[in-house]
Amino acid sequence: MPRYGMVIDTRKCVGCSDCVVACKTENNVPIGYNRDWIVTESFGKFPDINMEIRTERCNHCTETPCVSCCPTGASHIHDVGGVVLVDHNKCIGCKACVEACPYDARFIHPDGYADKCTFCIHRVEKGENPACVDVCPTYCMYFGDLDDPNSEVSKLLNSRKYHVLIPDAGTKPNIFYLV
Amino acid sequence: MHEIFTTRHNPHIDPSMTMWGWEIPVYLFLGGMVAGMMIIAGYFLFSGRHKESNCSCYSIPFTSFILLSAGMLALFLDLSHKPYVWRLYTTFQITSPMSWGAWILLLVYPALIANIIIRPPSWMTKRIPKLVDVSGKIQAHPFLVKNIGILNMILGMMLGAYTGVLLSTMGARPLWNTSLLWVLFLVSGLSTAAAYVHLVAKNKAESELLAKADNGFLVVELFVMVMLFLGLLSSAGPHIEAAQLLLSGPYAPAFWVFVIGLGIVIPLGIQLLAVNHKIKHTPIAPIMVIVGGLILRFVIVSAGQYSHWFNAHFK
Repeated sequence: MPRYGMVIDTRKCVGCSDCVVACKTENNVPIGYNRDWIVTESFGKFPDINMEIRTERCNHCTETPCVSCCPTGASHIHDVGGVVLVDHNKCIGCKACVEACPYDARFIHPDGYADKCTFCIHRVEKGENPACVDVCPTYCMYFGDLDDPNSEVSKLLNSRKYHVLIPDAGTKPNIFYLV
Repeated sequence: MHEIFTTRHNPHIDPSMTMWGWEIPVYLFLGGMVAGMMIIAGYFLFSGRHKESNCSCYSIPFTSFILLSAGMLALFLDLSHKPYVWRLYTTFQITSPMSWGAWILLLVYPALIANIIIRPPSWMTKRIPKLVDVSGKIQAHPFLVKNIGILNMILGMMLGAYTGVLLSTMGARPLWNTSLLWVLFLVSGLSTAAAYVHLVAKNKAESELLAKADNGFLVVELFVMVMLFLGLLSSAGPHIEAAQLLLSGPYAPAFWVFVIGLGIVIPLGIQLLAVNHKIKHTPIAPIMVIVGGLILRFVIVSAGQYSHWFNAHFK
């Protein structure tokens, strides 16, 4: 059983938003809403200042507060790859999952249900990459099975330094940022 | 420096979370107050106080029924996918406090109805005369009355506690993420319920008793708040910042003036003077307690959504 994850090379990402556009096109994300987005983080003390540009989305965490709090089981972990999904026909729009996510990665779709990144599971199940990964012009995004030691994502994590987002929240995110 | 720029602008999420509006605090307030009213009415039934004909345990359950229904209406209005609300009752999700709450509410209504039927209001018996027989049969069995009282107390406690647990399981919101929140909401619910019964009780001794009880609840509420803030302030950075939102941050004026000052300390002072017969009982103090309880829920829900984890991977 695979465990899907994403590795993003922040040294290659230029923040062009191609991944954002690809996601909106592929998943018909309504205007004014984002399943993925670009963050530019500047830090340090002059003259030693650093900047990281990265593309963010649902972290498809291993510990999932959004799934635990869902009263109807609409938020669930998919049978394939541990991908966190929302069953629109079970969602009542209580917004508990939106509140429970430390990354604020979810939103309420104009049709009423909770929505978020699906890792383009409809593509992945056909053997393709998520749309954002395929369009990246700098090839900074990698998608694959974290449990397979021979996968590209595993090899990158073994050979490069990386961080995850808000590790203190304890959700064990499955998106890794190479630094 | 540490500067974060994001292209995300999802409605009610950016720049800060405002996903839960007025409906949730109103529901939490009404749910907590009804929980307190069930505990008080249940106690009156259990302790035999219901033998007095003007006992407020006969009027509280019907008011509770109305208030809880109003709260549930607020909850329903908050749902953004309303046609699917029935999905709550096709499953039980053991890790979800909201699922627990949905099923607890389903048990609360029969308990309230059982309490109403012990002595239904006259307009009800006129429409459904059979209720008089049912009421007579229940009253003929003191054991049954006592058990209805116990049931109301237990379900009241579950309802009051769950309103706090609902928020405190949200690890993503540091202000809510304290295991004392349910105690605070339960005690606040008891205090607002005692204030309400104090306000409407026709029996003078009962009114006096509830004023004294309310003073006790208010003191305990202050104590729980001190403990809650001590817990947050001695915890991790995000929790300290969350506590400071209320103590000295943007929510401090509302918290100190309306929740602590006008909602607890001043009415406590007035009621202490009243129960010691220095001044006459006044409806102002209980009204302040009730409004303070409502503002407490608004402040906690709003500030809790504002509180968040730091992007702590860069030092």
